[in-house]
Amino acid sequence: MAATQEEIVSGLAEIVNEIAGIPVEDVQLDKSFTDDLDVDSLSMVEVVVAAEERFDVKIPDDDVKNLKTVGDAADYIAKHQVAK
Amino acid sequence: MNSTNRTVVVTGIGATTPLGGDSASTWEGLLAGRSGARLIDDERFADLPVKIAALAAVDPSEVLPRPLARKLDRSAQFALIAAREAWADAGFTGPAGEDEQVEPTRLGAVVASGIGGVTTLLDQYDVLKEKGARRVSPHTVPMLMPNGPSANVGLEVNAQAGVHSLVSACASGAEAIGYAMEMIRNGRADVVITGGTEAAIHPLPVAAFANMMAMSKNNEEPQKASRPYDKGRDGFVLGEGAGVIVLESAEHAAKRGARVYCEMLGQGLSADSHHIAQPEPEGRGIAAAMRNLLDSSDLKPQEIVHLNAHATSTPLGDVAEVKALRQVLGDELDHVAVSATKSMTGHLLGGAGGIETVATVLALYHRVAPPTINVDELDEEIDADVVTGKPRPLPAGTVAAINNSFGFGGHNVVLAFRTV
Repeated sequence: MAATQEEIVSGLAEIVNEIAGIPVEDVQLDKSFTDDLDVDSLSMVEVVVAAEERFDVKIPDDDVKNLKTVGDAADYIAKHQVAK
Repeated sequence: MNSTNRTVVVTGIGATTPLGGDSASTWEGLLAGRSGARLIDDERFADLPVKIAALAAVDPSEVLPRPLARKLDRSAQFALIAAREAWADAGFTGPAGEDEQVEPTRLGAVVASGIGGVTTLLDQYDVLKEKGARRVSPHTVPMLMPNGPSANVGLEVNAQAGVHSLVSACASGAEAIGYAMEMIRNGRADVVITGGTEAAIHPLPVAAFANMMAMSKNNEEPQKASRPYDKGRDGFVLGEGAGVIVLESAEHAAKRGARVYCEMLGQGLSADSHHIAQPEPEGRGIAAAMRNLLDSSDLKPQEIVHLNAHATSTPLGDVAEVKALRQVLGDELDHVAVSATKSMTGHLLGGAGGIETVATVLALYHRVAPPTINVDELDEEIDADVVTGKPRPLPAGTVAAINNSFGFGGHNVVLAFRTV
């Protein structure tokens, strides 16, 4: 079963909380990783790798730059995750 | 602005060591003669010849927020904790600029480590082998680079006059402090935050030092293992932590009404050019550094009342240092209260010059020399007045103290401080 969008967002919130210390309730779809969530370019790599593992998805480096907001990442993961 | 030969003073101190999580608890531990050494509770050390170390009394994970800590090597974590204490202790309330007492372009940071991010390097290599390249942390390079502690401290206080990282093994911390003093003397900065840090308690460095026959193997009695000057000494005990001070030009300190601990008088430097790791047995290089200090500063041998010795508890090194001092100071060594605080803190390598400078500054400020513990039978080759048993009061009046640090590679650094 692929994760629902709700599961993806709450999973991303837990990852961002672990890496950047932002409270999970502040990690919303419209939030920018760099501008709102204190995730710099190095920490973004950590977020991506954690998300790949959690959602069984591959996010190539070339696609990472398009993931500006939590919503961008959630959409990308929903579209590319391998259905179980 | 660019005056030379400016008087340099110490206005702030901070530390996190095997004896305590700050300078006050560290100082209390030193005066109480407490050992910070213990058995390492980690199965990776089970088959090593050395299973003891002086671990930090307060783990940095208890102090720093997790999102910050995960981006810093343990050596930078210690440096940042000690630097924050020293910065606040000097009376600064925020980064330079935000706190208008100091301009960012007149503030430097010089924090050294002997080995750098060795635990990060080794742990990430484990990740690479076990989990693959994708899982290697993107923070690995900034974490393992030896200038990481200095850079992170510089970022913390907004230091823009220059951020430097001197590397000379176990002399690194002292060399950093000497360099920081020169930055103020030659007019590059008004304030420099400086010291040393180390975090190398990992099976690989421990196995490597043990194979050099440099470490004590007294796994049965960890608290008795570090015993500088004692006849039964068999090597050093590895310690971890950081010591940081704030140096400042006397004019700058006076202008902002800062509390002054003492004056930093000068430094003496030399190199043995003898062997990559063995001390030169007669202390020739150490004597040269000491002479260099006397020639380049207005320190007078008769005013020296205290020495925080390098004394790591190795058979050769402890003797060579005392021989050198006797050679240069002659009878003037008789009124010097010698303390080997590594008997309590273990040897912090690049951090040693940092925490021992903090100890030297506090000894002058409180006028008391900490004891050297575990001297059950003083080696007869140690021809100096070693403070043992309990702390010893230092005389009133204008008095000076020196702090020695020597490193693999033959680096010799002697720092001098005087009461104000």
